[in-house]
Amino acid sequence: MNLRAMRAIVRKDLKVLWQSKAVTVPLIVVPLIFLVVLPALAALLPSAAVQAGGPLAQIDRYLQQMPQGLQAELAGYDQAQKIVVLALVYFLAPMYLIIPLMVASVVAADSFAGEKERKTLEALLYSPTTERELFVAKVLSAWLPAMAVALIGFLLYSMVANLAAWPVMGRLFFPSGMWLALAFWVAPAVAGLGLGATVLISARVETFQEAYQLGAVVVLPILSLVIGQATGVMYFNLVLVMALGLSLWAIDALLLWLGGRLFRREELMARVG
Amino acid sequence: MADDVVLIAQGLARAFGEVVAVDGLSLQVRRGEIFGFLGHNGAGKTTSVRLLNGVLRPDQGHVQVLGLDPTSQGPELRRRTGVLTETPALEERLTARENLLFYAELYGLAPERMTERVEALLEIFNLASRADDRVSGFSKGMKQRLALARALVHEPEILFLDEPTSGLDPVAARAVRRLVARLSREEDRTVILCTHNLIEAQTLCDRVAVLKAGRLMALGRPADLARRWGRNLRLDFEVSGATRGLALSVLRATPGVAELASEDGVISVLGIDRERVPDLVEALVGAGVRLYRVSPREPTLEDIYFALHGLD
Ligand SMILES: Nc1ncnc2c1ncn2[C@@H]1O[C@H](COP(=O)(O)OP(=O)(O)OP(=O)(O)O)[C@@H](O)[C@H]1O
Ligand SMILES: [Mg+2]
Repeated sequence: MNLRAMRAIVRKDLKVLWQSKAVTVPLIVVPLIFLVVLPALAALLPSAAVQAGGPLAQIDRYLQQMPQGLQAELAGYDQAQKIVVLALVYFLAPMYLIIPLMVASVVAADSFAGEKERKTLEALLYSPTTERELFVAKVLSAWLPAMAVALIGFLLYSMVANLAAWPVMGRLFFPSGMWLALAFWVAPAVAGLGLGATVLISARVETFQEAYQLGAVVVLPILSLVIGQATGVMYFNLVLVMALGLSLWAIDALLLWLGGRLFRREELMARVG
Repeated sequence: MADDVVLIAQGLARAFGEVVAVDGLSLQVRRGEIFGFLGHNGAGKTTSVRLLNGVLRPDQGHVQVLGLDPTSQGPELRRRTGVLTETPALEERLTARENLLFYAELYGLAPERMTERVEALLEIFNLASRADDRVSGFSKGMKQRLALARALVHEPEILFLDEPTSGLDPVAARAVRRLVARLSREEDRTVILCTHNLIEAQTLCDRVAVLKAGRLMALGRPADLARRWGRNLRLDFEVSGATRGLALSVLRATPGVAELASEDGVISVLGIDRERVPDLVEALVGAGVRLYRVSPREPTLEDIYFALHGLD
């Protein structure tokens, strides 16, 4: 593997990426909403509920429909704290995963389909770079920014959660072990999922927009996690998160293997027209 | 393979579904030559370039470029060839310098040589003053020059140029042609030039291959092809207005004259071979025609091109 050439491609892709508002605006705005605004609001829920005249006791009735494990984990908190922990630690957990997923999809769409659309791919294919080097470099140039945004987002989220919930919690309560696993084990795999799906889609479409829009379907499994937890089917605990990560990594491996097979000069050229 | 042969194709063929893009192409190119692929849209020029660089696989045939097999030794080969693609394929969101530096690194130029090489190219291609501007703001001619610079960044032994002057104004086109000529003459690079511009092929190329629907129709030096495939010599006679009628009647009466056309006091004649020109002049002058000028016009590549394609 020619590491220098790969580094050149990654650096070029990131530079090109940074120049496009269609890409950078969602990459900054969406994480800010999900990882700063949303947790800040969630921390204010108990006092908002009290002001609205709703009895906090309703939380106990709600929790009775939740899995036993979750009830046990929340047992030591008062009612206001239960609301905060439920929102910040559990319900927003699957939302967090949307960030690496989205960033990886947007960047991969720009790097794979966008390169085709901008017609810059052909010159790249005439270079001495091997197909594997080119593919791995392009995968990295989507995966690295996704991980950077996800980890910075995780730090911000931790700060906002602890700060905004301080009046209720009175101590540092975030991140939990489950969240650490989420950030360092599941988020990279989720990025791989968005990336792998977009690579496959990009092989079939002609423009960045098409790839980006079709790539959005990978959000569905994440939404099912959101709903599954809200309705009490399951909840985000360490075991579930580790298992989720493992299955995602397996899916990633499959998607990237398929994507790599499509990323051949012969395949790509026959479509350049 | 003879020492100076850098490219051999033997029975090269490639189809896309039903469409046969390249059909049994056989040819050799020598080092330092400017070799033209001449043909209409869809004749198979671009596909040939892709096959010769190993970015597409042939269905049939053998290719050796610089002694390498493009299919199995693509990376080694592409290190030594440079390709100007049909569309400039530049990163429009980056600057001219960034585009060149990226390719310099991709082609593995030593870090300490990269800057030097890139600056030299910016200078040669007259882009130095715009080096830090984004390519999206460049004119077509500037983009073409930049793409050409990029194709040269690693000093390739063989340069493939796919329609390097298409869409350029005459001044920009001439600048590009001069550069190409210089690359071949002064730097001894082999240039393979795809074009449908006949004048360009004739003025620039040492030899041309005329392609039609993927087939090689003719191959040789432009002048040889013109002589072999071009129709008879064409003669232009410039005569005074008063004696024009007289001249026309003399010429009409001359055996062998196949076509006669007159425009702005110049009468053009086809069908007379070179040896009979003095007799014809004598006959015209003897009949009292005031003759100012007689000029034979050699057949051009254009003539043979149209002859080969059965057009006119
Ligand atoms: N990737 C492809 N998929 C399908 N058909 C193709 C592909 N590439 C070329 N062809 C077909 O092969 C034939 C030759 O195309 P090619 O691009 O090589 O011609 P060309 O001589 O370069 O034409 P032009 O002057 O328009 O650039 C055409 O009929 C074209 O439609
Ligand atoms: Mg072409």
